[in-house]
This record gives sequence, structure tokens and C-alpha cells, in this order.
Amino acid sequence: MIRTTPFYERTKAANTTGLWTHWSGYLVATKYQMSEKFEYFAIRNAAAVYDSSPLYKYRIRGSGAQRYLAGVLARDITTCRPGRGQYTIWCDDDGYVMEDGVIFCTAENEYLLTAAKPNLAYLQSLIGYDKVEVEDVSAAYASVAVQGPRSREILAALAPSVRGLAYFEHTETKIGDAPLTVSRTGFTGDLGYELWMDRSDALRVWDVLFEIGSGHGLVPNGDVALLMARIEAGLLLVDADFESSRFAWNDAHRSTPIELGLGWMFRNLSKTDRPFIGREAIRRELAGGPTRWRMIGLVVDWRDYEQKYSRAGLIPPKDHTPVAEDMMVYDADAKRVGYATSFMYSPVLQRHIALARVRPDLAAPGNEVNLEFTIDHRYEMVAAHTAALPLYDPPRRTA
Amino acid sequence: MSDSRRYDAIVVGGGHNGLVNGAYLAKAGLKTLIIERRHLVGGAAITDELYPGFQFTTFSYALSLLRPEIIHELELTKHGFMPLLMPTRFAPMENGDYLLFGQDHDENLNEIARHSPKDADAYEQFDHDITMVCQAIKPLLDAVPPNPFSKDPAELARTAQLAQHMRNLPARVMHNAVRLLTGSAADFLDDYFESEILKGYLASSGIIGTKVGPRSQGSGLVLLYHTMGEHDGAFGAWAFHKGGNGGFTQVLARAAQAYGAEILLDTAVDRVITSNGRATGVALFDGTELEADVVVSALDPRRTFLHLVDPRELPSDLVQSINRFKFQGTSAKVNFALDDLPRYPALGDRGDQYRGFTNIGPTMDYLERAFDEAKYGWYSSRPYIDAAIQSTIDPDMAPPGKHVMSCFIQYAPYHLKGSDWDTERDTFADSVQATLESFFPGFGDLVLHREVVTPLDIERVVGLSEGNIFAGEFLAPQMFFFRPAPNWNQYRTPIQGYYQCGSGTHPGGCVMGAPGRLASQQILGDLTAKG
Repeated sequence: MIRTTPFYERTKAANTTGLWTHWSGYLVATKYQMSEKFEYFAIRNAAAVYDSSPLYKYRIRGSGAQRYLAGVLARDITTCRPGRGQYTIWCDDDGYVMEDGVIFCTAENEYLLTAAKPNLAYLQSLIGYDKVEVEDVSAAYASVAVQGPRSREILAALAPSVRGLAYFEHTETKIGDAPLTVSRTGFTGDLGYELWMDRSDALRVWDVLFEIGSGHGLVPNGDVALLMARIEAGLLLVDADFESSRFAWNDAHRSTPIELGLGWMFRNLSKTDRPFIGREAIRRELAGGPTRWRMIGLVVDWRDYEQKYSRAGLIPPKDHTPVAEDMMVYDADAKRVGYATSFMYSPVLQRHIALARVRPDLAAPGNEVNLEFTIDHRYEMVAAHTAALPLYDPPRRTA
Repeated sequence: MSDSRRYDAIVVGGGHNGLVNGAYLAKAGLKTLIIERRHLVGGAAITDELYPGFQFTTFSYALSLLRPEIIHELELTKHGFMPLLMPTRFAPMENGDYLLFGQDHDENLNEIARHSPKDADAYEQFDHDITMVCQAIKPLLDAVPPNPFSKDPAELARTAQLAQHMRNLPARVMHNAVRLLTGSAADFLDDYFESEILKGYLASSGIIGTKVGPRSQGSGLVLLYHTMGEHDGAFGAWAFHKGGNGGFTQVLARAAQAYGAEILLDTAVDRVITSNGRATGVALFDGTELEADVVVSALDPRRTFLHLVDPRELPSDLVQSINRFKFQGTSAKVNFALDDLPRYPALGDRGDQYRGFTNIGPTMDYLERAFDEAKYGWYSSRPYIDAAIQSTIDPDMAPPGKHVMSCFIQYAPYHLKGSDWDTERDTFADSVQATLESFFPGFGDLVLHREVVTPLDIERVVGLSEGNIFAGEFLAPQMFFFRPAPNWNQYRTPIQGYYQCGSGTHPGGCVMGAPGRLASQQILGDLTAKG
């Protein structure tokens, strides 16, 4: 049976569309009002609340917790002090990415890891002799993301300590009388926070947020608005931009961190001898081993796009709804050189954009390629250029 | 005179077209100066904090017709371009009912069907027909119009090309285009609809800014013009720029400056200096003279031809055409700072209906009656109102929980019979507020501050002759081949090196930018031809 989140009483009342998405067995609003674009602009110009409770959450603690995680996670956890968090990934022996998530160091040798998919059996299978306990606390927590330029003002009015939080820091505080953790994290590429609380406090926190927030333009946002924001922000999504190597059928469906543009996680690899799963393969690839792709942004040439549609007597569509299907990328000689995995029309950039992977020699920003569309029931190539990720990156995100 | 006083191009007037023009010229490498008389750029596209914490869009109040090319070519997104969606369209009725459109097509058809089941599918046909016309006409918006009176072979060829484009249109599209361009909005809409509220709502686009009623011939053209607006790929869609249209013109100013254009504020140009039939610079009111090879007027045709230069230097045909050019401004604004959202009884405590335009023009009769008074030299006692509570989509516009409401008012003719605007200002604004009160009971109690902008204020503050918001009426004899005058519809003037780029040139007004852009193409082309 499909489950509902601790916020359901409120999200159900707020959702005027009757549209719901199933996420990890839970109902989350696809959009709350007929216009997901309105919710998206709340993220970019005001503030929006997203019910992220269906995320998987694991508590990892014990005297060996750090040592254990240093071997499980590919990004070096030993640099993550209490009060901080990290975007991280975990890989297989061949250096292919299994999944990504955010990990918070809540105290010495105590962590909370978020994941998009269930990982309990996998994580527990790696404990070995470490003094560590991995617990699935997904159902105990309710969580919301409060994102957008007004998010700091709204939250600081409720919990002043939020004002001083740096990017990826978190703090214990109270909103109303509910104790919770606020982290400066999110999936929108904007200024934003996530609130982690006991499920029994969910409704109270929701109400207080809107009491203070409505005057600042705070609205709840559904899945579509979130997915729009994350493409502009260049944030990868499992099953859209990459597949878990655990469940992929072949290597063409697997990706290495370097291919996904996450090579920066291993800048200090040669300076440490930390053993972790996938280390040797990643080291080889970084040292110049074969690498197939590089994840980049694509920006479609607006003039060519307009012309190709107009020539066919069609109005060039500018649909902001994210498309998570492969679209082929070609070079000037019509040779396939990559593929886009997420595509949309970006309202803030006023361009069609994509997250794509191309041959590494074409990955530098500004390279001209072609993206394949179906126009007038025919495949058509439209000019595009490669660009660095994120495509939209307001300074307030980290300031 | 020192070299720092010498420019390749001087643009007179820092309205949106002046900024667009200056930005393109600077982008092309010209040393460009934009001179603005007021303390801020934007012309009629400004945002001003008239009451602490409340941002007023004193004049223009939304974006639609802005050409997408300009966004891309001037890289406006780099400078903060942010067109916020206006997701609703709300049309209250005199009996307390309403028409409320949102972003879901099928839900909108349900809403129409509530008033007339027949009109629901008629609306789809109407939308398709008018979009086909928009598509057919759109190329004309984005190109310098041909001059059909020129004997230049290149111009003859361009005129022939245009005729060819028209000939290639399907007969039905061409017929609809002519029905719109020459007929009334009422006649066109009557062919599709029976619902009074739907017709009133749609006909409202046919009168905005123009001294016509929905039953006047010519209102079809205005209806079409407003539908040509295109936002994120949808014709007829509108957006609200972050921070109002003043926010938008600040983006334009930043873009122009990034390309190297200089902007001089608080500086009024007295006249264009000419020598041997060509422009050589401008003289300021303080006596300073600035030299330039190119001078561009972003002002309206009356100021461009009769005030900035000596009309005796111009062909008398042109002077006569400009003297005959109709301004006859007929719109006003009344803007409010509100303590809370107005309440529409039929919608209870809802407020989401205010996230787009609120259209007070419930029937064609209502609009036509409002026009009747204007015909005889008076303002409407129950006016047409195009309202927008912009703080519902942009929290930067007002303090938390408070609101700003922009109200575009029609009709308010520039020439009042037997009185003047300074005398009538408050009585006029009271009648606007009384009209709002009749739709939103308790409205008056919410008003914290009121800004009244009469056509005379528009003329005095912005410099638009007779307060015409389009820098000249949208009437067929003043469009395309004839905007602003036959033979001078291509941004040039009889004075070499002196150009025009304001809304009084093709394609016309609204915060569109096309005149500024097309004028820059003409100027740069002429400079290249000259070598």
C-alpha cells in the first residue's frame, strides 16, 4: 500500500491538482497548483517548501563509525567535522558509482546519511569488525527543504542560529517548541536549508513555517519544480543522469565519478592512503586511464532552435517540464559523441538546457555540438554548445 | 573640446528603447553615450519606492512583447533578467460571479463552460485562429519594414518580398489578419462567442492604450498587437519582471554598461546640433555641447522631429505628417499601497486569483460605455481597469503581508472638455477607487497610499506627448509603412546621422524593445556602408 508522509495532512490540503507522484512508496505532490512554474519561481525569487520525507536516512554510529565510512564512501569522510555535512558517493570495486547522498556528521563518530534508494543491507554487509551500528531511521524523521532567496530570512525569524550557518553546516535548534536539525543543504542550487525533525513534530513545524513565510511568498513546491531547479543547478539524479552500478545490466549503464564530473572529490587521493571501495579503479582513471565520458551542461542555440521549428510552420516549444530521456549528441560530422540525460527549457536562463555526457575531448566549455530533436516527425539536429556545470549558480547559494 | 566629450553615438532618452539601442551600438564597438533627463533610467518603465517599503510601477507594469532576440543578443540573463510567471487571469463580474483562468488548459475550458458550454470549444478555435495570425505577422515585428515609396531597387525587392510572404499565407489566415487589422474587436469576438464575460475580458486587450472602444474599427488591431506578445514560447502570455519594469530597465542599463555604454543621468538635451544637413552632436540645456557621428532620438516623433531639431531643416511633407500624427493619450494609472489583499466575496478568503491581471471590464457594453464618455472629452465614471497586485508574485514589491496594486485606467483623455487634469486628479482617482470598491467591498479601508498618474503626468514626467503610452496611437494609418511617417519608417531621418528609435517607430509601443533593436541594425548597417 502506498504510504503517506508525516506532512500529508497539510500537503493533501494544499494540493489543489489531484496530482501525486510515488516516491519510494510515498505520496508526494507532483505540484500543488496548476502551475509548477509558479512554484519554481518561488524557489528562485521567494521561498518554497518541499516535503522530502521519503528520503532514506541511515544513522551510523559507534567508535568505528568514521573508519567504517572512510572505507565505504568514496569521498573522504575524515575531513567532515561535527556540525558539517558532505555531498558524497559510494562506488563498487570497478570504480562505478552506486549512489550519491548527503552525509552529516552530527557528533564525533555519529553520522546521518541520506540516500535515494534502500541501502541498509548493503551498508550493514560492510561492517566487518568495526564497532559501528547502521540503523534505518527513515520513518522516524520527517524532513522538508526550505529553499529560495527568502529562506534565510524566514528561518532566522524562527531560529536565529540559522542565520550564521555556512554552506553544508547544520545546527540543532527549535522551531516553535519542536527540536530539530537545520542544515544548509538542498537540491535546488539556490540559497536553502533542510529541516530534519521527529515525525510527530511535522505538522507543527509546517504550520509555523507558513505562518511566518506566507508574507515572504513561501509556497509548497512539488516534484516538478524541484526537478527543474536541480537541472539548472547541475545536480545529478539517480535513474535520470546515472544508474546505480549495483543494478545496471551492463557497463554502458554504469558511470565512474570522473565521468559524472565528480573527480574533484579525489583531489587529494595521492596524498592519502585511505582504502575505500573503488579506490584503485578511480586512481587508475585519474592517472590517465581510459575514460569514456564527461558530464557537462549543454545550452541549445536559440536561433537554430527557432529556425528549425519555424521552418516547419511550428511554434518553437519552450516547455520547462524536465525530460529524463536520452537525447543524442553529435559532432559537426554527424558522429555520435554523447547523450543528454536531462533536458528542459530554463525560465531563468531563457534557453533550452541539458545535462549531458560527451567524449572527454569535447567537454571543455564552448565546444559546438548538435543535439537531436524530433521536429515535424523527423529527427533534426539543433546546434548547441557545451558549458560548465552548474548552468545557473547564484552567488547566494554559498554566500 | 576634449576627446572625452566625443562619442561615436549619443542616444537621447534612457527609456527601454534608448537603452536597448545604446546597448546594441556599444556591443558593436561604438563609443556610446545614453543621456537621460531624469535621475533614473527607464522612461515609462520604472519602479519607485513612493511609500516606505512599497515599490510602485508608476507607469508600465508588466512584460510581454519584449522580443526574445533581445534577451539573448544582449545576454540579459547575465544581468539579472527574471520574468516571473503571472499564473492567473481574473475577471470579476458585476453580478458577483467571475471568470478565472489559470495555467491548466482543460480547467480553463471548464471555467468558460461554466458561463457558456458553446464558448469552450469556440475558445480553442479562436485561440488557434489568432495564433496563426500572430505567427504570420511575427516576422514583421523582427525586421526593419520596407519603404514602399522608395525607388531604390533594394526597397522595391523588399516590398515585393513582403507581398510574397502575404501571398503565401493560407486564405483563412490572411482573411483573419485583415479582419483584425481593419475591423473591431467586437465584430471579431462576436463571430466566436456568446458569453458576455468572456467577450468583455478578451475585448479589453483591444482598447488598451488607444482611443477606441471595443466596437470601434481599429480595436481589432490593438487586440492583435497585444496578443503578439510572446513569453517563453506562448503568444499572449505576460510576465512580471522581478522588481517591476524598473527592475527590467536596470537589467538593460547593466547590459548596456557591460558593453561599454555610458549613461548620463539628470541631463537634458536641448537640441541636436546639425551642420550641412548632418547631425554632429547634441547641445545640453546648460550649454555644453557633445560631439557624435550618430545621434539617436528615443523620444516620441513629435519631440524627435519638432523639438530636438529645427523643423525648417526637414521636408514639409514630413513636418505635416508629424503634425497630424495622433497622440491623444487616453490612459491613466492609479496605484495603491494596500494593507492586505482585497476580498472578492465569491472567492472567500482566496488570494491566488490576484497573481496575474485582474480585468475590470466585465462586458463589451461596460467597455463601450466607458469609451462613450471619452468621446465627448471626459473620463469614464466607471472605467476599464487592468489591475495587478504584483506583490503576490514578487515579495520584493511590498513588506511581508502588505501589497502593491497597479491599476491601469481607461478612459482618461488627455484633453478634458471644460476642465483640466490638475483640477480633476482627485475626483478622477475617487471614481476609480469607487469602481474598485463596488467589486471588492472594503477596498477603501485597505488603502495606505495612492498614486495618481494622469495623462498630463505621463507627459510631464516621462515626456510622452499628450501622455500616449505608445508614443503615438496604434491606428492603421500610423503603423508599419507609416510609423511615424511615410518614407521615414526605417529609423532614419532626413538629417544624416540622426536616427529615431522610440516606440513611435515600427513596430510600436509596449516594453518590446524592437524599435531600439531594429534602429541599431539600421545605424550599424549605414555605418558599414559608409565604411
